[in-house]
Amino acid sequence: MSKPRQYAPTTKNAGVAEIACFSTSDARGVKALYIRSTFAALKGPLFHKRRFIHARTSTLKSVAATVFACLVIIPFATAQVTFERLVNSSKEPQNWMTYSGDYSGRRFSGLDQINTKNVGSMAAKWVYQTGATGKMETTPLVVDGILYATAQDDRAFALDARTGRPIWMYQRQLPGDIRPCCGRVNRGMAILGDKVFLGTLDAHLIALDAKTGNVVWDIAAADYRAGYSFTVAPLAVKNLIVIGVSGGEYGIRGFIDSYEADTGRRKWRFYTVPGPGEPGHESWEGDSWKVGGAPAWNTGTYDAATNQIFWPTGNPSPSNRGAGRAGDNLYSNSLLALNADTGKLNWYFQFTKHDEHDWDATQVPVLVDSSGKKLIAQANRNGFFYVLDRVTGKLVSATEYGKQTWSGTKDAEGRPAAKKEASPTLEGHTVCPGALGTTNFMPPTYDPQTGLFYVTARDQCDIFSTAPQPYEAGHAYYGSAYFPSEEARPYLGFLKAIDPASGEIKQKFQHTTPTWSGTLSTAGGLVFSGDAEGNFIAFDATSLKPLWHFQTGGAVYAGPIAFAVDGKEYVAIAAGSAIYAFGLP
Amino acid sequence: MSKPWWVVGIVFLAAATVAQNPLADDAKAARAGEYEFRINCALCHGLGARGGGRGPDLTRAVKKHAHSDAEIFQVISNGIPGTAMPANGTNGQGVGMTETEIWQIIAYIRSQEVKAAANPSGDAAHGKELFYGDATCSMCHMIEGKGGRMGPDLTSVGGSRTREALIESVRNPSRRLAWGLTESTKEFPQEYESVTAVTADGKQIKGVTLNEDSFTVQLMDSGEHVYLLEKNSLKSFQKSRESAMPKYETESLSDKELEDIVAFLIGVGAK
Repeated sequence: MSKPRQYAPTTKNAGVAEIACFSTSDARGVKALYIRSTFAALKGPLFHKRRFIHARTSTLKSVAATVFACLVIIPFATAQVTFERLVNSSKEPQNWMTYSGDYSGRRFSGLDQINTKNVGSMAAKWVYQTGATGKMETTPLVVDGILYATAQDDRAFALDARTGRPIWMYQRQLPGDIRPCCGRVNRGMAILGDKVFLGTLDAHLIALDAKTGNVVWDIAAADYRAGYSFTVAPLAVKNLIVIGVSGGEYGIRGFIDSYEADTGRRKWRFYTVPGPGEPGHESWEGDSWKVGGAPAWNTGTYDAATNQIFWPTGNPSPSNRGAGRAGDNLYSNSLLALNADTGKLNWYFQFTKHDEHDWDATQVPVLVDSSGKKLIAQANRNGFFYVLDRVTGKLVSATEYGKQTWSGTKDAEGRPAAKKEASPTLEGHTVCPGALGTTNFMPPTYDPQTGLFYVTARDQCDIFSTAPQPYEAGHAYYGSAYFPSEEARPYLGFLKAIDPASGEIKQKFQHTTPTWSGTLSTAGGLVFSGDAEGNFIAFDATSLKPLWHFQTGGAVYAGPIAFAVDGKEYVAIAAGSAIYAFGLP
Repeated sequence: MSKPWWVVGIVFLAAATVAQNPLADDAKAARAGEYEFRINCALCHGLGARGGGRGPDLTRAVKKHAHSDAEIFQVISNGIPGTAMPANGTNGQGVGMTETEIWQIIAYIRSQEVKAAANPSGDAAHGKELFYGDATCSMCHMIEGKGGRMGPDLTSVGGSRTREALIESVRNPSRRLAWGLTESTKEFPQEYESVTAVTADGKQIKGVTLNEDSFTVQLMDSGEHVYLLEKNSLKSFQKSRESAMPKYETESLSDKELEDIVAFLIGVGAK
């Protein structure tokens, strides 16, 4: 198959005893509870069955003794990641088991060993160079001492989370004619049971064995030649792996899928563009729905109490020209509440109707509880911060959190409404925010300690000019050109802290230029984020004053995480082509 | 992924054998090409192909890197090494343009050439005298290794900027600051912003930014000293988008003199 295992020992007899001891000692700190027997240990990651058979009997005797000795001293196996563990992830803050850290999307770590008092002394502990080129948008997972992450071009790998030493590596062999929109990126994986799950740029979903990186199953979800791809980190819910498709620049028909984790069999598909006879179909002119876009390329969240998946959707296609697709274009740029078991729609809320500016609403929707109300908050690409009732989907508030010129009024529901003159013209005119939006894929964080929502935001305006294009399968389908307006320079980048109760911006930090970094908040009173200049920064969560920074040497496009091994807290971030882990001296 | 050399060779030969645009003088193709141009090219070359301040004016009949249709096809397909011109399909936005679309764009460019402005009328030799003499351009700008360091090197600017952009940058240098260092992973290049820093011991440093982040700044003053400063150790730090370059009004540099300097720059840039 297509998996060069560069780091696994290759010689048949090569120091089996040494391997066994290596594997045990390098996974130290993991709870011994999960070791049931020596037999279970022998099925561990580096003690391969084939190698075992080929080993000499005499070696075996000494191996058995060594393995036993090692196991007694330092047990190594990892437990299965069950749905229950994911639901209760706050009980094991040493692990980071989903894209956003937990199902709520808060990206908040309960760890406080690294805090406002000592973060100034934080230092790099290890760096892992992936060798990949382009933007690294991954959020790693950490489970029981092992870090799982992805790099560009669908490379996945597992590292010893204490040292950064690789355990396995999987490289997807991609066809030469894939259609990534915006870089050959991947945002991370999901983990469930003994497998990790990777969506690929050729629109496959792949289950990899968490201990070896071996392919367990590999299914094609859609035809990449027609512009479908996966860049999103999937979400594991119950026994299902939920994933949304990319391709809003190619006139795809968007969908959110779920697959059985054990078999790869598709359980349900929700088309984000309704077909004939389905509610919402009338919001599309003629046959425009067939190429209506509405991708779902960022990871949603989950509410176990109501068994609802909240998944956001992206722009209608063509992304920047509304002519030919008159109507609201449901369910583009919406938040969808889906029944996790059936994929049936409970409610939806459309942020930008009939979008002509590429303002995908794919930002992570974050579950926030306030004054007994179950809410869901999203800092949207269109420049507004929305708070909805997550039970009913009704809008609670929508407030501006960045520079915008497209809306001056609100509709009857309180939703910001577009000005007619904001539409792109043939000659081109300036609209704020630009097509990249006030924010984008970079994950926000909600800190329950400060009660604030932190988001990376930019003030940049673009000139939008129409450029009608015919639809051609697998071919870019924008319908408009846009580029940064020179008049609107300089473009500004911020980390902003928003009070969800009022929509008020309580604090902000201005970066040198706009950044694409995600955010993390921790119980140590800290918020972490990065910048385009390559700095990874720890902020005081209340004042947003930088307390520490490290120059990584590459712009940050990824989301930070916190985890702990051996009782020591680490903070990790991908930047440039590498993953960095930091800790106290 | 990089292709084997023989694949590149075959593609090159196949394209090179088409000497002429199959869509030449096809008005409909030129119209389609205009839209493709907007989406793929206008960011640098401007909405009307007359240069956007970042890429050359393509309405000039004489181009620096390509003359025939086949050569333009090559440039669009493969980019120009050593310049900002990328190869088709390498900007991370999918598979790039089809061959037909590239020919449509070439049809569009050709349709615009008719409206191209005449060649510069200035006296390049006099422009060179002014550049190194009375106009004092060379105090801060270098051409072919001769001149100052504080401003951008202008050796190739005449080949990559429009005449209008050159004139504007002399008459109104602050309107659009020049780009400096481009970092491979960073979205925006550094601009030639003006900086005034006061060190802890009260020393004032005025110069242009070589690079900057939230915590440090690297700058050059008019004496061409390079300063590497930590922002939190400074008494004050201010930057401005008012260019360090003086604004040349017609009283100090006549339109005729400016045309001469532009002719000199375009002459050097065309080499």
